[in-house]
Amino acid sequence: MTKLVYFAWVRERIGKAEEEISLPADVVTVGDLLSHLKGLGEEYEAALQFPQAIRVAINMEHAEHDELIAGAREIGLFPPMTGG
Amino acid sequence: MIAPFVKVQREDFELQTEIDRLTDGRRDIGAVVTFSGLCRDEGGTLGALELEHYPGMAEAEIDRIAKLAIERFELLGLTAIHRYGKIAPGENIVLVIAAAPHRQAAFDGANFVMDFLKTSAPFWKKEHGKDGTQGSWVSAKDADDAARAKWAGNK
Repeated sequence: MTKLVYFAWVRERIGKAEEEISLPADVVTVGDLLSHLKGLGEEYEAALQFPQAIRVAINMEHAEHDELIAGAREIGLFPPMTGG
Repeated sequence: MIAPFVKVQREDFELQTEIDRLTDGRRDIGAVVTFSGLCRDEGGTLGALELEHYPGMAEAEIDRIAKLAIERFELLGLTAIHRYGKIAPGENIVLVIAAAPHRQAAFDGANFVMDFLKTSAPFWKKEHGKDGTQGSWVSAKDADDAARAKWAGNK
């Protein structure tokens, strides 16, 4: 099981702040994860419509879309940051 | 290397208290630059900003950025405080204080921290209208990415 956490409009569109899911073996990279989630239902599709706009953190560290997710305890999905 | 003072908190902060925390008992500091970011009312239309953050990662990311700044500009002190929750126009959002022997390093250090904080610390702003309507999430700006990119080449 992998813990997924969502923030800002990604959280709002998916309709929950976090969840634990089991990922199929062929979900290897961050990019694979985004396409897999997109197929889980309308709310995921609405949130991940433009995957290139989604930022990802593995174990609370920024990760590129081609990075491997093996060993991830927690994966965060969110829009580009707007703090400061 | 000195350790930065980093806080992510709901409560407000007090500028003088934070400057004192950094400079008390020091005789080696010649320059202190403070930057504070406040919530604008956007021409009277904004009721409040709602700041969301990624607990744990937000602190870690600001700490990482702060350490980069201390090393790069040889700072003698660095404080970075970022608030979350609902913030009304006129209230503080973020505070960066950089201390150095001379002014240029202090200015550059504070500037560097803000440019990186805006683009890589996990915070998001949602606007709430003065009329009570829930507005949209603030979009990331290309200008912020450009501001960050300018630090890449020159030392």
